[in-house]
Amino acid sequence: MSAPATTNDLSRPRGRALPGLIDGTLVTLLLGAAILWFAPVGMGRYGTYVLSLWLVMSIAVMGLNLTLGYAGLKSLAQAAFMGLGAYTTALLTTKLGVSWYAAFALSGLLTFAVGIVLGFPALRVKAHYLAFVTLAFSTLIWLILRNEQWLTGGVFGISNINRPDFFGIKLFGALEFHRFVVAVTLILAVAQWWLIRSPWGRAFTALRENPIRAASLGIDTRAYTLLAFAIGSAYAGFAGALYAPLVEFIDPSPFSLSQSFFLLLMVVAGGAGYLLGPFVGALLGVVLPEWLRFAGSLYLIIFASIVLLLLIACPQGVSGLLERGWTKLTGRRGGTR
Amino acid sequence: MAEFTAYLIAGIATGAIYALAAIGFTLVWQTSQTINFAQGEFVMLPAVLVLLAVKLFGAPLWLGALIGIFAFILIFGAGFKLVVVDPMIRHGVLPLAIATMALSIIMKEGAKDGFSAEAQNFPSFVPTSTIEVFGAAISLQHLTIIACAFAVIGALQWFVGGTRLGRQMQATAQNPTVARILGIPVERMVLLTFVINAALAVVASVLISPIYLAKFSNGEVIGLFAFIAAIVGGFNQVRGALVGGLVVGVIDSLAAAYISSSYRLAVPLVLLVVIILLKPEGLMGRKEERRV
Repeated sequence: MSAPATTNDLSRPRGRALPGLIDGTLVTLLLGAAILWFAPVGMGRYGTYVLSLWLVMSIAVMGLNLTLGYAGLKSLAQAAFMGLGAYTTALLTTKLGVSWYAAFALSGLLTFAVGIVLGFPALRVKAHYLAFVTLAFSTLIWLILRNEQWLTGGVFGISNINRPDFFGIKLFGALEFHRFVVAVTLILAVAQWWLIRSPWGRAFTALRENPIRAASLGIDTRAYTLLAFAIGSAYAGFAGALYAPLVEFIDPSPFSLSQSFFLLLMVVAGGAGYLLGPFVGALLGVVLPEWLRFAGSLYLIIFASIVLLLLIACPQGVSGLLERGWTKLTGRRGGTR
Repeated sequence: MAEFTAYLIAGIATGAIYALAAIGFTLVWQTSQTINFAQGEFVMLPAVLVLLAVKLFGAPLWLGALIGIFAFILIFGAGFKLVVVDPMIRHGVLPLAIATMALSIIMKEGAKDGFSAEAQNFPSFVPTSTIEVFGAAISLQHLTIIACAFAVIGALQWFVGGTRLGRQMQATAQNPTVARILGIPVERMVLLTFVINAALAVVASVLISPIYLAKFSNGEVIGLFAFIAAIVGGFNQVRGALVGGLVVGVIDSLAAAYISSSYRLAVPLVLLVVIILLKPEGLMGRKEERRV
């Protein structure tokens, strides 16, 4: 494999630097959060649940976007990390009575630490070995979740997971919990927005664009790739910690290897390397199938085919398509993102 | 001891299947840098297509097999290369790998929706009886698998090393630029490896499906073990994929018998991690970097 082949075309060319500035992405995030805060009014319990699920999945996809879209690494364990977070939170809150906030933080920390432990040996060798190590990890987690009945409840899972309070406000209702999810998602999204603009984030991008040049510029490539992967995994842990109280029941099936594949497809569908891409990807992957109920399991085939076509026609995903359209419309290069 | 021999033979038999899948995986990787995450589904699908052809056309088994296998090699050998790999290879390795994941979902869900969500019997062309060897009851099916798989791998080795076409293919894998200068039709050679990959998948599918039954989800485990076999053996070696496949198959079989049946999958995974830690170039791999 020649050196330039390690860079990839999943990302768009970029060149502008707007450190610390309020930009279009941040405005979109804030506006989106405001809209989603009020959106579920009159949508009913189920509609609200779907919206919350969308945001929770977006967090996991956001993490994977950092790993894949910004650092150019393949992780095939995002769903497994999400499962790790979900089970950690569920076990801590139901069996040990730990508060959700502590469980949330611990889920993130645990997935971050596991990310470091997994990534260290794999990245020591070659970037694509991470794919195989995470593949193995994914299967291992799934086996443990299914087999260790005393801890995880096996295929029956864990039920009656409580939703947290917010300074004394009960979040049991669908709408209240949805607003809580909106707030957490916003915080995590803004954190990532900040991260990507920080010198760290610049280093992540440098790694993907040209690892050899990045190394020659004095960037400790191994440390940064490892960090990107671990932070991406921690986002999956956070997503899991929100997923458990949202669904109030967890079993191993949503954390299988195929789910990890599915999350990767969502990253690509939305647009790898775009901060808002994960929301689009999760919209296509999570919300659309709920609306297209009649398609049933065919939806998975339709979705995968769409991603396949997107990859052939426009590897930058829907966000890339939108950007192309926007550039054409305004007749200038580098419009808002 | 008799029991051990039986497990060993069973392990070599499944290992031979993993080796077939891993060799195809390695060939495709060598010539086109395609990490095919749908490799397991490639082994799952031919059996399903054969049964589907029998069901749809009411054809006798041999005709169904012919139709199914031909369709598979056409679509997932040549078609895969021309429709998926060719337009995407210019985007780099990563999008292509993700595209194969999309393909694996399409194949799996397609088999589930278009064929059956339940496991279906797949006819065996040898009796399902056992024979007695030194007191061990050995399944005839296992012996057939081993014989057929080794015959196919031997033929492949002869083709790659002993024929003009095979050596052209090897040259393409090792250095496409020089191969092109030497007048080797590189594009056609790459296409050939994809067709060989599909053919190997067909052989694996026909051999394993009488035992595992034809089911849409079979590809998950086979694919996983094929990756492990390829890496354990040495990522870019046909010989390595063979050794890796056998090692993984035997370890899997013995682990299931003597360690824990619910964690049988975990043992090869541990082996993978150990190999990556200690000998990342694989058991048969050479240390030097390939083609920089």
